[in-house]
Amino acid sequence: MAETELELQTDAVETEVENERRGMSLWAKLLAWGLVLGLLAVVAVQLVATQQGNVGPGEPAPNFTLTTFAGEEIGAAEMQGKIIVLNFWASWCKPCEQEAADLQTAWEMYEPSGEVLFLGADYVDTQIEASKYLEKFSITYPNGPDLGTRISQAFRIRGVPETYFIDKEGNLAYVKIGPFTTLAEITDIIDGLLDS
Amino acid sequence: MKSRLFLFVLLIALLLAVPVSAQDNPPPDAPTDDEINAVAKNMYCPVCENVPLDVCPTLACEQWRAQIRELLAEGATEQEVYDYFVLHYGDRVLAEPPRTGLNWLIYIVPPVVILAGIVALYFALRNWRKPVAAAPQSQAEKSGEPEDEYMARLEEELAKRN
Repeated sequence: MAETELELQTDAVETEVENERRGMSLWAKLLAWGLVLGLLAVVAVQLVATQQGNVGPGEPAPNFTLTTFAGEEIGAAEMQGKIIVLNFWASWCKPCEQEAADLQTAWEMYEPSGEVLFLGADYVDTQIEASKYLEKFSITYPNGPDLGTRISQAFRIRGVPETYFIDKEGNLAYVKIGPFTTLAEITDIIDGLLDS
Repeated sequence: MKSRLFLFVLLIALLLAVPVSAQDNPPPDAPTDDEINAVAKNMYCPVCENVPLDVCPTLACEQWRAQIRELLAEGATEQEVYDYFVLHYGDRVLAEPPRTGLNWLIYIVPPVVILAGIVALYFALRNWRKPVAAAPQSQAEKSGEPEDEYMARLEEELAKRN
């Protein structure tokens, strides 16, 4: 009789200990799953951000400020109510050279109207080489380094050259990946935006 | 007369050679390629991802190395060169991301995961061994009788029934 009681007591203690152990392991499991899911969420967010591709037409253009090589700051106030042609380029980029002269000619055509503003964002470049490039193609529209690659990251560019046309309302109207091959290609897009 | 002419020619040759050699050799305080590469190997150009700057063959990286040379020649320290590049091109140029914000995950997650794995493995091994150690006692053991006697009796009873 006494033996049976002792056995029952031992069983009860063992069950209690087992339950406690299971309870602890449940918390440990929840914590582990929480960590894994949290980590997966961070990875997913990063993955989505990198897979998003360029900012597309119709989307509001990201806000940015370009500090030119001359030290002038061009921000939202200077861009307001204008069509913006934002060209990403680099001195080491051979295809950029293809369109450099056409972009400058287009700028000379539209500058007097005051309705269009051309901007050049120099991507991952050194200032010495960038200056040589601007001199070589006699580029006069505002150009500056993409400091910290902040502008290119905002537009999620994939390479250079890439050109973004922003309408007067601040929305992205057209994206050109790669170099323009003719002057007409540039002017057609701008004329279309001026007419609309 | 011949020896004087020879000395004159030699003198002229030496005078001409000095400026040439002076132009060929960089100034004594100019950074060497090894010094530049020592800095460059800790950086990555965003254009050529996964290729360290010291071995990247593209024009962009060549220009970056020239920039490092210029900064070092101006007296910049290694850290000042990194700071310059981070300011101009963002912190993704660094091989070792700065320990700020989400970057901390890179430094924290791997050791935590390894540690958690070791702990999980320890408990898993302990649980696998437990059933063997805590195997339920047989009736014979519980009653204090030797098992073979119990079995002998069982077999005896079965034999009687047969």
